Amino acid sequence: MDVQYFIELFFSGLTRGSIYALIALGYTLVYGIIELINFAHGEIYMLGAFTALLVAGVLGIMGFPAGGILVVAALAAIIWSAAYGFTLEKVAYKPLRGAPRLSPLISAIGMSIFLQNYVLLAQTSEYLPFPRLLPDMEFLDYIDNIMGPSDFLILVCSMLAMVALTIFIRYTKMGKAMRATAQNRKMALLLGINADRIISLTFIVGSSLAALGGVLIASHMGQVNFSIGFLAGLKAFTAAVLGGIGSIPGAVVGGLVLGIAESFTTGYLSGNYEDALAFALLIFILIFRPDGILGKAKVQKV
Amino acid sequence: MKKGISWLAAALLTTALAAPALAEDTIKIGVQGAHSGDLASYGVPSLNAAKLVIEEANAKGGVLGKKIELVAQDDQCKPELATNAATKLISDGVAAVMGPICSGPTNAALPMFESAKLISISPTATTPALTLEGKHPYFLRTVAHDNAQAELTSGYIKDVIKAKKVAYLHDNGEYGKGFATQNRNILEKAGIETVLFEAVTPDAVDFSSVVRKLRRAKADVLVFGGYQPTASKLVQQMRRDRVDTPLMGPDGVKDETFLKMTGKDSEGVLASYPKDTSSLDMYKKAREAHVKQFGTEPGFGFYNAYAAMQAILKAIETSGGTDTAKLLEALKSNEVDTPLGKLSFNKSGDAAGLGLSVYVVKDGKFVETDHTITLH
Amino acid sequence: MMRPVSKALLASIWFMLLTFPVMGIKLNTVKQTVEWQFDRIILLGVAIFFLSLLWNWCFSRKGRGLPLIALPTGMGARLGRLCSLPLRDGRSRAVSLTVLLLVMLIMPLASSFYQTNIMILAMLYVMLALGLNIAVGIAGQLVLGYVAFYAVGAYAYALLNQFFGLGFWACLPVGGLLAVLFGLALGFPVLRLRGDYLAIVTLGFGEIVRLTLLNWTSLTGGSGGIKNIPGPSFFGKQLSIEGNTIFIYYLVLLAVILTIVVITRLKNSRVGLALQALREDEIACEAMGIDLARVKLSAFALSSCWAGFAGVIFAAKSTFINPASFTFMESAMILSMVVLGGMGSIVGVVIAALILILAPEYLRAFSDYRMLIFGAIMVVMMIFRPQGLVTGERRKYRISALKGEQA
Repeated sequence: MDVQYFIELFFSGLTRGSIYALIALGYTLVYGIIELINFAHGEIYMLGAFTALLVAGVLGIMGFPAGGILVVAALAAIIWSAAYGFTLEKVAYKPLRGAPRLSPLISAIGMSIFLQNYVLLAQTSEYLPFPRLLPDMEFLDYIDNIMGPSDFLILVCSMLAMVALTIFIRYTKMGKAMRATAQNRKMALLLGINADRIISLTFIVGSSLAALGGVLIASHMGQVNFSIGFLAGLKAFTAAVLGGIGSIPGAVVGGLVLGIAESFTTGYLSGNYEDALAFALLIFILIFRPDGILGKAKVQKV
Repeated sequence: MKKGISWLAAALLTTALAAPALAEDTIKIGVQGAHSGDLASYGVPSLNAAKLVIEEANAKGGVLGKKIELVAQDDQCKPELATNAATKLISDGVAAVMGPICSGPTNAALPMFESAKLISISPTATTPALTLEGKHPYFLRTVAHDNAQAELTSGYIKDVIKAKKVAYLHDNGEYGKGFATQNRNILEKAGIETVLFEAVTPDAVDFSSVVRKLRRAKADVLVFGGYQPTASKLVQQMRRDRVDTPLMGPDGVKDETFLKMTGKDSEGVLASYPKDTSSLDMYKKAREAHVKQFGTEPGFGFYNAYAAMQAILKAIETSGGTDTAKLLEALKSNEVDTPLGKLSFNKSGDAAGLGLSVYVVKDGKFVETDHTITLH
Repeated sequence: MMRPVSKALLASIWFMLLTFPVMGIKLNTVKQTVEWQFDRIILLGVAIFFLSLLWNWCFSRKGRGLPLIALPTGMGARLGRLCSLPLRDGRSRAVSLTVLLLVMLIMPLASSFYQTNIMILAMLYVMLALGLNIAVGIAGQLVLGYVAFYAVGAYAYALLNQFFGLGFWACLPVGGLLAVLFGLALGFPVLRLRGDYLAIVTLGFGEIVRLTLLNWTSLTGGSGGIKNIPGPSFFGKQLSIEGNTIFIYYLVLLAVILTIVVITRLKNSRVGLALQALREDEIACEAMGIDLARVKLSAFALSSCWAGFAGVIFAAKSTFINPASFTFMESAMILSMVVLGGMGSIVGVVIAALILILAPEYLRAFSDYRMLIFGAIMVVMMIFRPQGLVTGERRKYRISALKGEQA
C-alpha cells in the first residue's frame, strides 16, 4: 500500500471535512434548540462567501494590502451572515413556533430557494473570481504535497472556531443558557432564560460559523457562485446527522468522517461516486442508526 | 385566489387577442435560448447579437423592403421549457430561428421545428450527433461540433506534446463528458494509454483528492472536459499541489474570467477555440456595436450568434423570401461574411470555413498556436 | 410597545443595511471597477417599509383570528355566493362542470399549437401535484424527492422503447408499476422514520436516482439524455408532431380527470381515512389498530404511481429527456404547488398547479422571478395560510349530534 498517497488523501479529506464540520455545527445547534432542520443554512454559507467576495473586491480596488483585506472581508462576512441568520429566524421561523412540525421545514425550503434566487437576481449567475489574498507559507514546504496554505488556514481556523465554540458553550453564561434551553425549553423559561433571545443567539452563532466556512472555501477555491450553498449544505447536513444531530462534538466528528470517506472514495474508487456516497450514507444512517455516531436515542412521546 | 383567476383570465384573453397579429409587412426571426435563470449568461449574448444584427438591417431599410422583427423565447436551457418556446415560435409564424443555445433543449426543440419545416441555426449547441447523424435536415450551426474540437486537441496531444499517458477529467455534463470521451477514443486508437477517466463535481468544496489521484497517475497531459469555473478550480488545486501536468480544455475554458481566477497558475494551460479573427473588420464592428449598446464586452457565443443572424438575413435576401426549401439552399450554397470569417454550410449543416486553433496561456494571456484545423 | 410605523421604519433600515453588500455593490472583476447601486437599496427600503406595515397588519388580524382578506360587507358575501353558485346544488354543479369540460375539449382545436403545448405541461404538473398531495397532503409524509418517481416513469418508457421497441401503451402501465416499485423500495426502509428525517431521506433518494441516471451512461446516455422518443400511437398509427400534441392533450386531460376521480374516491375510502389518521397522529393511529406499515406503504405506492404515469406521458410529449429535468428544484416546485393549493385539497392543488405553471408562461416579465416567488410563497403560505388557498375538506364528526341521537 502506498502510504504517502493514503496520507495525502487523508489530508484532503480533513480539509473538506473541516468545512463540512463548520457548516454542520450550525445545523446541529439549531436542531438542538428548536428541532428544526434549517434547510436555508447552506444559503447562509453562500451569502458569507459572497459578502466576503464583494467586500474584498471593493477593498482590493481601493488598494488595501492583501492580508488586511482577508481579515476585514472575513469579519464582514461573519457580521452579515449572522445578520442574515438572525433575520431568517425572525421572518421565517419565529412566526411558526408551535405550528405543526412540517410547517417550519417547508418554510425553510422556501427560504433556501428564495435566498439563492435573491443572490442570482441581485448579482449574477456567473462564477465570480475571489481575489487571491493568501501569502505563500514556506514552512509548509516540509510537508510537501500534503497541505497548501489554504488547507492550512482551513484547518487552523476551523479548529480555533470549534475550540472557541466549545468554550462559549461550556463556560459562558449565554452558552449555559443555550444548553439549558436545548435540554428543556420550559424549564429554562421558568429559570428566567429568555428563549427567544437564546434562539436568536443560536442562529447568530451558527451563521457566523457557516460564514467562516464560506470565506475559507471562497479563498481556497478562488470563486463564488449563488448555487454553492445547496450541495455544501446538504453534505454538511449529512455530516450533522452522521455525528448525531443535536450533538456538537458529533457534528465535528461527522464532518471529518464524511470528508475523509469522500476523499477515499475519490482516491480509491472514482470521483463519479463521491456525491452518491454522501447521499447513500445519509440514507443508511437515518435508517439504521438515526441517532448518529454520538447522538442519544430519544423516545417519541404522544 | 379569485384575483389570481381573473388575472389569469385577463392574460389568456390578451394573448388570445394578440396571437393573430396581422403584420405581414415584417419578417419575424425567432431567437430561442436561456434569457433568464441560472444559465442566462450563456444565452443573453446571443440575444444581444440578434438585436444588433436586426437593428443594423432595419436601419438600412430591412430585408426585401420588409422590416425584421425579433421574437425572443426563453427556454432557460431546460428541455421541458424548450418545447414550449419552440411551439410559441412556430405559432408566431417566424421565418427561421436562431438558437437554441444548449444541446439538451436543441434535442427537445428540433422535432417541433422539423414538423413545421422551420430552419434553426444554433450558435452554441455543439453535440456532434445533431448534425453528424444526418437526422435533422433543417438544423444548422455556426459553431464547431465537439468532435472537431477533439480532433484538434487530440492531434496536438499526439503530435506536439507527444504524450504517452493521458488522464481525463470531466464535469459529467454532455459537453464536457463528450469532449473527454471523444479525445480518449481518438487517442486510444493511436495507442496512447488512458491512466485516469472520471468525473468531478463542479460544486464540490475541494478538489485535492482528485488532484492527488491525478498526480499518482503520472499523466503527461490532462484532458479536461467542462467549463471555465470548474477548470479554474482544478488548475489552482493542481498547481497548489505542485502537479504541473498541462491541462487541455475545450472552448468553454478559454475565457477572460479563467485567466483572472487562476492568475499565474494558468501558465501553460491549453484550450481549443475558434481561430482568432479579431483583426477582421466585421469582428471589430460587431464588438464595437456591442460595447456601445450594452456597455460591456460581448459574452459567450456572441460572434457565433452574430454570424448565424447574418446568415439567416442573407439567405432571406438571396432566396427572395422565406420559403424554407429555398432558404436552405441559399444557406448551403452561399458564403456569408461574418465576424468569424467567410462561412457557408456543408451538407450536414456544419459551418464550413470555421477555423479552430489550440491556444496556450503565455504571460497571463491566451496565445494562438499554429496548430489549427478548418472545417469543411 | 412600538408603534407599527416606527417598527416598519426600523425594519426598513435593518433590511437596507442587511442587503447592502449583495444589492448595493456590483463588482466588475475584469475591469476592476465598483458600481454602487444606492437606488436599489433605497427602493428596497421603501418596499420593506410598506411590506413591514402589511406584515404587522396581517399578524394583528391573524392574532385576532380574522381572515386576512375581508371584502367589504355585502360585496364579500355576494362574491362568495357568485363563486359558490356553480357548485351550489347538483344541477348547477353538473352544468358548470360540463361547461368546463367542453371548454377543455374544444381548447386544442380552437387555439394554437403553443397554447395546447403549455396546457399539456400545466396538466402534467396538475397530475404530479395531485399525486404528491396523496403523500404530503393526505397522509402527511413530506416527500422531497418526488421527482425521482417522475424520472422513473419517463426513463422507463424511453429505455423500454429504445432497447425493446415497446410502445407507449405498453409502457404506460409499466412506468406506473415501476414507479410504485421504487416507491415501495423507498417506503420499506423509511417506515420507522417520521417528519423531517423522512423528508431528508426522500431528498437523498431523489438525488441518488438523478446521479444514477447521470452516471450510468451506457444505459441512460448520461447527461446527453435519450432522444427520438416516439409519441403514443393512435390505433396503431404514429401521428405527426401536431397531431401527437393534440392527442397527448386529450390523453392528459383524461388522465387528470381520472386522477381527480380516483383521489376523491380514495379520500373517503378506508385506506384514505387511514392515511388521514396517519397525518393527524402516527402514534394514536397505531394505537387505534391501524397497520402503520401497510398504510404508509400504500401512501408511497399510490403517490409514486401518478408520478410514474406522468413521467411516461412527459417522455412521449417532449420526445427527449435528460437528467436536467429531474432536479431537486423540480421537486420543490411540485411541493410548492401542494402547499399553495392547500394540503389535502384537490381543487386548491389543481388551481395552484395551473397558476404556477401558466403564470410564468403568460407573464414573461415575471419568469425571471419565478423561483424567487415560489420560495416566498412557501414561506408566506406557511405563516399566514398553512391550509393553502383552498382549505382541504376534513371530515368532521359532531359529538353533539351523536349525543342528541342517543338521548
